[in-house]
Amino acid sequence: MALVSTPATLERAVPAMDNAEVLRIRNDFPVLGQLVNGQPLVYLDSGATSQNPLSVIEAEQEFYEQRNAAVHRGAHYLAVEATEVFEGARETIAEFIGAGYAETVWTSNATEGLNLLSYSLSNAALWAAQGRGDARLKDLAVGPGDQIVVTEMEHHANLIPWQELAFRTGATLRYIPIDDAGALRLDIAAEILGSKTKVLAFTHASNVLGTINPVQELVALGRQAGALVVLDACQSAPHLPLNVKELDVDFAVFSGHKMLAPTGIGVLYGKQDLLDVLPPFLTGGSMITTVTMERAEYLPAPQRFEAGTQRISQAVALAAAANYLTETGLDRVHRWEAELGQRMVAGLESIPGIRVLGPAAGQERIGLAAFHVDGVHAHDVGQFLDSRGIAVRVGHHCAQPLHRRLGLTATTRASAYLYNTTDDVDAFLEAVAGVRSYFRV
Amino acid sequence: MSLDQLYQQIILDHSKARHGSGLAGIAVPAGASTGQSHQLNPVCGDEVTLRVAVEDGKVAQISWDGEGCSISMASASVLSELAEGMTVDELHAVIGNFREVLRSRGKIHADPEILGDAAAFEGVARYAARVKCAMISWVAAEDALNQAA
Repeated sequence: MALVSTPATLERAVPAMDNAEVLRIRNDFPVLGQLVNGQPLVYLDSGATSQNPLSVIEAEQEFYEQRNAAVHRGAHYLAVEATEVFEGARETIAEFIGAGYAETVWTSNATEGLNLLSYSLSNAALWAAQGRGDARLKDLAVGPGDQIVVTEMEHHANLIPWQELAFRTGATLRYIPIDDAGALRLDIAAEILGSKTKVLAFTHASNVLGTINPVQELVALGRQAGALVVLDACQSAPHLPLNVKELDVDFAVFSGHKMLAPTGIGVLYGKQDLLDVLPPFLTGGSMITTVTMERAEYLPAPQRFEAGTQRISQAVALAAAANYLTETGLDRVHRWEAELGQRMVAGLESIPGIRVLGPAAGQERIGLAAFHVDGVHAHDVGQFLDSRGIAVRVGHHCAQPLHRRLGLTATTRASAYLYNTTDDVDAFLEAVAGVRSYFRV
Repeated sequence: MSLDQLYQQIILDHSKARHGSGLAGIAVPAGASTGQSHQLNPVCGDEVTLRVAVEDGKVAQISWDGEGCSISMASASVLSELAEGMTVDELHAVIGNFREVLRSRGKIHADPEILGDAAAFEGVARYAARVKCAMISWVAAEDALNQAA
């Protein structure tokens, strides 16, 4: 059959990324062309926020130059144009993650998505108690005696909203611990999850350890318990092919600014049957059907969760970013970054006095590495690297409990993206090798 | 500005010597009144607990426990050495001067006559993200002084 190709021919058709391609990609990113402290910028902080290609910057500019108007209202030309590109962007993003159009809700960022969800779940308890809304809310509502389960490696954004949900509802928060290598203890997860578990929330890929979590196993445990499964896709959606339907999670969140888009835009994915019955979090304009002085009825998702004037230009820019990633090929990006991640870890492990967190060299990880330098505080490491034009993140990376578990307060993290070369990694490694002697350790 | 102007030798030395470090192991002079303050920078995790002992209107002793970067640890060490023997008012004035220099973004030069070894932190003023590192123990000292008074 002509349509079937062997892996070998596929390989020829779509070659793996290499430095030459990355150098071409870098031409699309104006910010990367500058000197920092007299040295070419080596940007290894994409895990915190990524840079924007011209196509994204231009998409936002084009919107303001040609189509700016409020969406979903007004019968004039610009309003129609704006609505069209805004909802077109939603279609692009839905397709990008394998979701349905109505299952793709705009948020400011992943943090807001998780807060939205947690407030929606405690509102569900209030609605159910008063017989308001769909009968299924009784099952979704989180209340006293229920359990919310997270993991020990979560970013604060996927921890604190659940702590507060537990506080508001009287539910108990529990967590799946990690082992010393940074992997989740699935055996303990199986013991923790049970019929009381209403929510299981975990990160797809750790922003500190670089581990990719076993989503399939965790979803199976969640299903067995009858819990809602929430995926933090902040470190996966920008870096690897993500299909929320294949993963079969109930909800997923990610931020635009970590995937080549501007700040101020993010996505909450939710299964349609859940989103359509869950109570809204923010209320106001644009999300209602009928309003009287006493009460209001709400639209189904996605508008149900999009009160007020939306982030229109940012949504358009996010769609442009998704297109950029799709055109480059996320499987290729993933493989390239995995190679950079391995190069980082292998190099770091060979430098005396460095402790790399998470999986050892040779084991699967995404394109980032956090590490501790014996005798030198992370802030000093970051300052030293900055003097050589190298941008990394220092601190607890919004994961204090994880650092405490590892016996550390702050680490240094290098995180790569599709615009980093192996030369970037080598420059970083060479600089790290000089840290301890500079600080006379 | 070069990294060496930030990390002057005196700072690197103090970050290791840590003068006044070890609250539990340092006895408070008999008859002194004390104040203690804990300061935390949630951004980086730098942490200092600093105790001031005041006797006859003078700083008899500064001791502290802390964890953090070389700038924050060296700053606490320099402060402990510098402050001993000053009157409470003198130390308040020196803290005020140090803060003014550090917040000036490099516009106000440090006067070694006033700041002694702490003048070495002048370079920190040009690194906005590091000013809090240098200030943390001084903020603790100010708070502790008010309590001891």
